[in-house]
Amino acid sequence: MSVTASPQTPASPLHIALVGNPNCGKTSLFNQLTGSRQKVANYAGVTVERKEGFFTTPHGRTIRVLDLPGAYSLDSTSPDEDVTRDVCLGRHRTEPRPEMLVAVISATNLRLHLRFLLELKQLGLPVIVALNMMDEARRHGLQIDAAGLQADLDMPIVPVVSLNRAGVMPLLQALDLPLPPAPVPLPAGLDPHMEVRRLLATHVVDPAAGTDRLTDRLDRVFLHPVWGPVILLAVLFVMFQTVFAWAQPLMDGLDSGISTFGQIVLKPLPDGILHSLLADGVLAGAGTVIVFLPQILILFLWILALEESGYLPRAAFLLDRLMALAGLSGRSFIPLLSSFACAIPGIMAARTIQNPRDRLVTILIAPLMTCSARLPVYTLLIGAFVPHHTVLGIFGLQGLVLFGLYAVAIVSGVIAARVMTRGVKSEEHPLLLELPSYRRPNLRSLVLGLWQRAVMFLSRVGTIIVSLNVLLWALSSFPLPPAGAPGAAIDYSLAGRIGHLMQWVFAPIGFNWQICVSLIPGLAAREVAVSSLATVYAIGATDDGAADKLLPLLSTQWSMATAFSLLAWYVYAPQCISTLAVMRRETGSIKTVLWAAAYLFGLAYLAAFLTYHITRAITGVP
Amino acid sequence: MRLSRTEAGARELPPHHRGTELMLYLDTLPKGGHAVIEKVEQRAPLDPIATRLGELGFVPGEAVQVVATGPMGRDPIAVRLGSSRFALRRGEAARVGLRTAS
Repeated sequence: MSVTASPQTPASPLHIALVGNPNCGKTSLFNQLTGSRQKVANYAGVTVERKEGFFTTPHGRTIRVLDLPGAYSLDSTSPDEDVTRDVCLGRHRTEPRPEMLVAVISATNLRLHLRFLLELKQLGLPVIVALNMMDEARRHGLQIDAAGLQADLDMPIVPVVSLNRAGVMPLLQALDLPLPPAPVPLPAGLDPHMEVRRLLATHVVDPAAGTDRLTDRLDRVFLHPVWGPVILLAVLFVMFQTVFAWAQPLMDGLDSGISTFGQIVLKPLPDGILHSLLADGVLAGAGTVIVFLPQILILFLWILALEESGYLPRAAFLLDRLMALAGLSGRSFIPLLSSFACAIPGIMAARTIQNPRDRLVTILIAPLMTCSARLPVYTLLIGAFVPHHTVLGIFGLQGLVLFGLYAVAIVSGVIAARVMTRGVKSEEHPLLLELPSYRRPNLRSLVLGLWQRAVMFLSRVGTIIVSLNVLLWALSSFPLPPAGAPGAAIDYSLAGRIGHLMQWVFAPIGFNWQICVSLIPGLAAREVAVSSLATVYAIGATDDGAADKLLPLLSTQWSMATAFSLLAWYVYAPQCISTLAVMRRETGSIKTVLWAAAYLFGLAYLAAFLTYHITRAITGVP
Repeated sequence: MRLSRTEAGARELPPHHRGTELMLYLDTLPKGGHAVIEKVEQRAPLDPIATRLGELGFVPGEAVQVVATGPMGRDPIAVRLGSSRFALRRGEAARVGLRTAS
């Protein structure tokens, strides 16, 4: 350590990668090293998150660090682990082999992590071992002879505590030294488990056998067959209360803020096409994007905190059997539940599902969970067509119909998931989920995580949503109606013409041309369909009054069959461009999006067709 | 009782039959029960689940304890293995043969 190292090649930064088991504290170490100097993207062609960052050592050496996905072994069983294996072996298509690995192991879980470390030792790359969570190990009464272990392993070991800057200083200092030589590989045929046992016996004094008493005690409550589900239910209740209730005022505030902003900024502009483009196209589009943000951030604050604390895998444990009914695992529960607020945060939350097939199926059925944007449409149609009866003395018929719409959607989701997972049923679907020790979530990691989600959503999804909104605006505005023409302007536009053409397709399910036309702007957001119906019926009311005025009009102009058919359509229809955009972003595959749209469209059409004809038969309307 | 002589009992490929021997398996170990792993059975040649169990530390000679069972039936189960804990479905746990701790 007496050598004062100088940056060897100041021109090109040293390229290292963090490797380690899941739950070794790798991500918080990465956050501590790089702070906000990190980029989050996906590896080309796969839905695996790629995190890269830069930092500078005390002697001024610039280091480029890749945070590889957590892995239990280089003998990979998932796309995440494929990436880690390929990068470590230098076989990755787009990623160069790092010059050195920083192997992160947790002092509290040496038996598991040392075995993977021995695999990394065979790679022929220089390795520095970051021995993380030494503070916690000491609290559990664990004594580790780091110097002895270092000599035995033939790899430099630096103790780190990734919770604060001072805790990662030893690693920063080690990175200022010249690269260590690659360790000598273990002789072939040596059983790594035996070697780990020998290492532990030689270098670790472990009076309590490494038992984490606190985790044991908490698990007795959180995994209790009765209390466990009760606590989970309470957590979920509070969580979704905040996602719905706390987000709502923020969303309303943002919504009115944006429209006020639009009014002030666009006031100098004369009424006309430019004004309309900016107000109804660009600003309305940006509005739909930004309005999602509070919900996404609140939901992710919960998910990140639950994940970091170690509770999320326990929730997955408790819910596994339930989700197995749909051919999924417990991990899919929270993304699907979130989709009842909105499919967009739900689909983004599917990132917490490690199994790629489960993740894809969860994303594909998320739009079937009835999101809150469908409620205005449901309320309007139920109010207009379902009588205000009471059933069995206590239940309102209208409420029962609403409940039925939710129930049908959930059952359809379960069936769809079963069908999609059926092909691989013969192959066993393992759970094999690690239940890490409970720990307090790190504020810095939470803030960084939230920041990344926000940036990713606004930049990647936002741009798609705004451009599609402008496109829809153009379709609904051009060509302009001739001067003094009767009826609604939209009727003369391209969207209006398409709507009339669409009748060929939609007449069999009872949609009139007004519905068809309103479906087009409704693509921007489902609830927009209500205001565009008002526009088509030339009510002219754009805001809250629209629904009230529409209600009596619809109940006289539409048949009950048409109304129910539209309700059935809304249960399934993939008509939310933002959902499709986020699906595109999260799966990285346009084919998946097209397939999702096609299957949802097919289901919607079938359900509406059946509903229309059955209702006609029952009500006796020809 | 057959004792696996090979250092990695997991590498054997025995026909999966229970009842003929008094082998206890992890999926039937009662909650709170301790045992030592005797072998990890492969259900198919190069069974990826058996391999992964081995990589997670389910190897002959390690002590296991069932710390919790799922709220519906006994599926999944939470198992403590040294300082780590894992949730396993029945099918996975049924690959792990045990001898009860003395």
